[in-house]
Amino acid sequence: MTLVTLLIVAAALIGIGLYGAFSQQSFVMLMMGLELILNGAMLAAVSFWALTGGGAPEGQLLTIIAMAVMAIEMAMGFALVISVYRAKQADMTEALDGLKH
Amino acid sequence: MSAVDIVFYVNAAIAIYAGWRVFVTDSMVRASFFLLISFLAVGVIMLLLAAIYLGVALFFMMAVEMMVMALFMVMFMMNPAGLNPMKMVHQEKVAIGVGVAAFLALGAVALFGEFPSRPVPEGLKPVVSLGHELLGDSMLVFESAGVTLLATMIAVVMLTSHRGRFGDANEGSQPPGLEPGGDPADKPPEDEGGGHHHHHCH
Repeated sequence: MTLVTLLIVAAALIGIGLYGAFSQQSFVMLMMGLELILNGAMLAAVSFWALTGGGAPEGQLLTIIAMAVMAIEMAMGFALVISVYRAKQADMTEALDGLKH
Repeated sequence: MSAVDIVFYVNAAIAIYAGWRVFVTDSMVRASFFLLISFLAVGVIMLLLAAIYLGVALFFMMAVEMMVMALFMVMFMMNPAGLNPMKMVHQEKVAIGVGVAAFLALGAVALFGEFPSRPVPEGLKPVVSLGHELLGDSMLVFESAGVTLLATMIAVVMLTSHRGRFGDANEGSQPPGLEPGGDPADKPPEDEGGGHHHHHCH
């Protein structure tokens, strides 16, 4: 378990997450892609904290903030899914092809 | 190879494999559980790195979050059970290119970047040091995150309200066509007389 292997795992998670966020048509699947990106980012932050940061507490704080971002992303994402479903009866990104006002 | 290394490689493989399966499996509910497995494996790696609080917090947070996600899947998705094959993607080649490019770029940073080697010192209590940081020097950051979460809650209630910003939230709502630009696939909900539309408060 070296910094290089940890960062490569994080890079793989971020790459898979980007694929999901760019390719999925369903809003909920798109959010899963964003979650995977944040997963990789948190892993990289913790790796840097543990192996190059000398245990500086700001490294853990950064990960806590990433978790808060994740919670906000989930809450806003689900709210948008409900909102889009009310307006368009669908949860696909293609349903939003025009502006209402 | 030490036991820590073996546990790390097993969990790294699980995290990446489960992360990839999320976008391949036919069942939406299974997809959210694969995402949960990926997060749990990353949580175990965090525990190996001595970030005890963060690893355990990730377990709890993701267990709840993925249950909510599975619930939403069942509510909104067609075909939640994965009974027929399903692939709902657009611009897939671009997406694969973006993912591979990001992996190669970040992997190159990992391989060729030079980082100092300063491991966590012996005897550092990670939870204690995090607690002192959160309620000490970085309290403003921590509290800002709390206020942001409150603002999110208010925004979420506003967005999900039946009474939308420009009148009724589902006024004039029509299901999408079976092909782009086609007729609506079903009647609009006003004509159905379904039970869940009776509580309009006029």
